[in-house]
Amino acid sequence: MASLVGSRVERKEDTRFLQGKGRYTADINIANQTYAVFVRSPHARAKIKSVDTSKALKSSGVVGVLTGKEIAEDKIGGLIAGWAIRSEDGSEMKVPANPPLAKDIANFVGEPIAVVFAETLDEAKEGAEKVKVDYKVLKAVVDPAEAMKSDAIHEGVDKNLCYDWLLGDRKAVDEAFAKADKIIKVDLINNRLVPNAMEPRACVVDYNIASEEITLYTTSQNPHLSRLVMSAFGGVAPENKLRVVAPDVGGGFGSKINVYNEEIVCSWASKKIERPIKWVAERTESFLTDTHGRDHVTHAELAVTNDGKFLGFKNETIANLGAYARVFGTVTPTYLFGPCATGVYVIPAAYSNVKAVYTNTAPVDAYRGAGRPEATYTIERLVEKAAMELGMDKTEIRMKNFPTQFPFKQTLVHTVDSGDYVAGLEKAKQMADYAGFEARRKKSEANGKLRGIGVSSYFEACGIAPSAAVMSLGCGVGLWESAEVRFNPTGQISVFTGAHSHGQSHDTTFAQIAADELGVPMENIDVVHGDTDKGTFGMGTYGSRSLTVGGIAIVNACKKIVAKGKRVAAKMLEVNEDEIEFKDGEFVALKSNKKKTIGEVAFACYLPGQRDEMKSPIPEGDEPGLIESSFFDPANFSFPAGSHICEVEIDPDTGNVKVEKYTAVDDFGRIVNPMIVEGQVHGGIAQGIGQALHENTQYDETGQLMTASYMDYTMPRADNFPEFNLGFTCTHATSNPLGVKGCGEAGAIASPPTVMNAVIDALGGQEISMPATAEKVWKACKSMKKSNAKAA
Amino acid sequence: MKSFNYHAPKDVKDASKLASSNSAFLAGGMTTIPSMKLGLASYKDVIDIKNIKKLSGIKVSGKTVTIGATTKHVEVATSKDVKKAIPALAKLAGNIGDAQVRNRGTIGGSISNNDPSACYPSACMALNAVIHTNKRKIDAEKFFTGMFETALKSGELVEAVEFQIPEKADYQKHPNPASRYAIIGVFVAKHKKDVNVAVTGAKSCVYIDKDLSKKLSSSFSASAIEGMNVKSSGMNSDMHASAEYRANLVSLYAKKAVEAC
Ligand SMILES: Cc1cc2nc3c(=O)[nH]c(=O)nc-3n(C[C@H](O)[C@H](O)[C@H](O)COP(=O)(O)OP(=O)(O)OC[C@H]3O[C@@H](n4cnc5c(N)ncnc54)[C@H](O)[C@@H]3O)c2cc1C
Repeated sequence: MASLVGSRVERKEDTRFLQGKGRYTADINIANQTYAVFVRSPHARAKIKSVDTSKALKSSGVVGVLTGKEIAEDKIGGLIAGWAIRSEDGSEMKVPANPPLAKDIANFVGEPIAVVFAETLDEAKEGAEKVKVDYKVLKAVVDPAEAMKSDAIHEGVDKNLCYDWLLGDRKAVDEAFAKADKIIKVDLINNRLVPNAMEPRACVVDYNIASEEITLYTTSQNPHLSRLVMSAFGGVAPENKLRVVAPDVGGGFGSKINVYNEEIVCSWASKKIERPIKWVAERTESFLTDTHGRDHVTHAELAVTNDGKFLGFKNETIANLGAYARVFGTVTPTYLFGPCATGVYVIPAAYSNVKAVYTNTAPVDAYRGAGRPEATYTIERLVEKAAMELGMDKTEIRMKNFPTQFPFKQTLVHTVDSGDYVAGLEKAKQMADYAGFEARRKKSEANGKLRGIGVSSYFEACGIAPSAAVMSLGCGVGLWESAEVRFNPTGQISVFTGAHSHGQSHDTTFAQIAADELGVPMENIDVVHGDTDKGTFGMGTYGSRSLTVGGIAIVNACKKIVAKGKRVAAKMLEVNEDEIEFKDGEFVALKSNKKKTIGEVAFACYLPGQRDEMKSPIPEGDEPGLIESSFFDPANFSFPAGSHICEVEIDPDTGNVKVEKYTAVDDFGRIVNPMIVEGQVHGGIAQGIGQALHENTQYDETGQLMTASYMDYTMPRADNFPEFNLGFTCTHATSNPLGVKGCGEAGAIASPPTVMNAVIDALGGQEISMPATAEKVWKACKSMKKSNAKAA
Repeated sequence: MKSFNYHAPKDVKDASKLASSNSAFLAGGMTTIPSMKLGLASYKDVIDIKNIKKLSGIKVSGKTVTIGATTKHVEVATSKDVKKAIPALAKLAGNIGDAQVRNRGTIGGSISNNDPSACYPSACMALNAVIHTNKRKIDAEKFFTGMFETALKSGELVEAVEFQIPEKADYQKHPNPASRYAIIGVFVAKHKKDVNVAVTGAKSCVYIDKDLSKKLSSSFSASAIEGMNVKSSGMNSDMHASAEYRANLVSLYAKKAVEAC
């Protein structure tokens, strides 16, 4: 039987998604449901003096109104930071309480203060307008660079500083810098991004008065984790009385990792008002309250020799956490950032210093790439600038500093198990026709245009797991993943996974790997996810971990099925177990060539006997049935890597930047489904180009979000992209039996510096910040003209 | 959205009878519906005018092109008659917003709304349009009176827009990257006697740039306005574009339009 792993199997989920048959949270309705509308703070920072709900309660159709007071009285816990980060001086990070409904103070525009439940959505809206909140508006802290000099917005959080973290060795870095011929410096802003999942957040809660069980349908990337957090920290219900279902989810990008205020409030309230509740965010609410991404201010330096060897690296970064620390909020700018900031290079000395600050803006958390795009942007801008200042070729300077031996012990944390960075860059150069660039540049110049080329080589640490490792770094939970494989009596198989698919095509990829392991057609396999009542447990999908952790748990559970099947088949065929070989779905007795298919064996496991004879196919010590589960905890992260090359053309009259060519060569280890992987890379590159050229989250000085709709927030569109030119190299991961590496975030990690390096190359080295919008580029072109005129 | 009474009259008379200070005509709904949804506007009566047959359609005579108020952008963009008589007008309509907007939005809605960054008002100004209402005929230069303001009185309904066919014309637009409205739109029309350069997006309301128009009237060539300094004073400055950048774009796109004529 040909292996399914490695083939371009069409996506099983496309049938329902492309025909509009997906079943999302907003599609779910429960008889007798009420509609929730949240009253949100219009101010970025304000004391809540009083909340008057009397008029709202009298409003037509209103069933109930609840505020921060009631939720505090019921001792419902708030939102949490999932990682404890320690400062350089050994002190623990400072985390303010984040109640589900703000009671005393509101800390960002959109923070929920109260909630109204009514018979219809319109009545709920009407009721919400009648809730009168008396605010005392305070001066908001908005700019992260100024936060440490501003008023403390949370009691007990001095200078608005959550932590001042250091990774690496300052002394070793000082020594390395003292030996350098040249110090390359950059000042960078990693612009804040709004994730913009196509499906806004939503929840539907059904409280069963008889069983006292709460069922929460929600837009989550990790339903089991949500249940755990809501039980353990929220105190909403015991874990066995809380069922969390995340049905089809229309994109997350990290923004649906968190358990949010609305889910906690509606779950708690459903029990209180004894009615089902439905809440669906409007797009403006998504803009205001989904966790945002990035938002760093960085100064970084690279110490180099005149012949282009790297000696040392350091960065000083201010990371904006927004108003509160959320699940991955504190680790994203530390352990997901610092270790990758030295990039794919041998740099003997390095440190990464990050100060995380609170501001009166929406909370910032993991967003596709989480920390690694910020790291890659930092080092790849430095390397490109080093090449420019040393007069070296951009690819030569990279090649010169790549490690060539694997495992590669990276300076700060990781031991990278496998890779071939030279091969990746060579292939990218060839595919991008790097050598032919000068001719293309001249052609553009003849048309009055500026053409630039940019390179970026990256690696990233993903497949976020090793529980012992992440917990040693402050993670509050283990990051293993589980699977259960149920071989049903009639031959169909249900594969339960704790990973969650919201655009990753697990229905297909996981079915491919299970089909290969079990030797059955893919069509016989159903992948089940997203329901805490189905399957064992799970930590969910983020950090490109689904396949490298969750997929391997499936492989291991399948291997257990085969192992048991072997024992049963041996008994059925009356031979020793070691005489049985499993191949292509059949257990074959090697000597006699008698065989049983895996389907026959499964059937026998459930019907272990026969008429007129006292005989069981189940060996002694085994039990009937054919269900196996596995919890997989890998020994290491996975380390995808690659090189991307981009060419842009700038119209100096308008400043318009056109991405002319984009080449990406990635090493994701063994690839299960190339078509799906290419889709992931396309999406990642699109988001990265969005960050580099288009997306520009802006708050004004009072903390109002100026870009809170698609009229003002520029999402990239299809006509902003050229056809992406993708290639792959392959070195297998050694930390999992399939040899796979994560692929979901790589595109978004590698592309912003690739595009910006190209823009800055076109501008003759003049630095500009992301997003490189037309006006900024136009201004840079003007000053370039001026300085050229001076030079002439 | 607040509840409202929905009316769908079959003729203009009924429509105008239903109108009050607390009503809105509904054409494509591309502006009205979102502003009602967002709670920025609410009306007691919404008067849908799409069922009034006489308001839709395109007529070309020897000297003018007349477009009914509820004619959709896509219809103007793809009309053979418009493409032949005033290709610049078809081009303008074909570059409004996105496909969804063009399939619903109407010329009457566009000019009645008079968004400072809408495209059609510039065509009206440059092509010496006459706006036909159920009460009177208004010259374009008197019709657009300020930001989101027009000469329309309460209950007055635009029936059609009559454009003068020029010798040559072109429309050039620098789209807002997010909404794709015009950051700057420049409509250049060369008539027998003179040239009009109408600019949208730059200020609070569409206007004729007199300097550019004069220069081009005496010599209709890109070189005539090469390097001409358009003043940025009075121009909009927002997070999408500064006044200085807009001023640069006005002179640049005027030149491009002349070149494309
Ligand atoms: C995303 C987006 C992008 C857009 N991009 C562009 C662009 O690039 N260029 C551009 O020019 N426009 C653009 N528009 C505007 C759009 O093309 C429509 O023209 C505009 O929204 C209004 O037209 P409508 O027919 O939808 O009017 P409606 O929304 O139905 O009405 C708008 C207003 O005009 C009044 N009205 C409507 N018809 C009449 C009438 N016959 N007489 C009197 N009053 C009337 C209504 O009462 C209402 O006050 C964009 C809109 C959107 C949503």
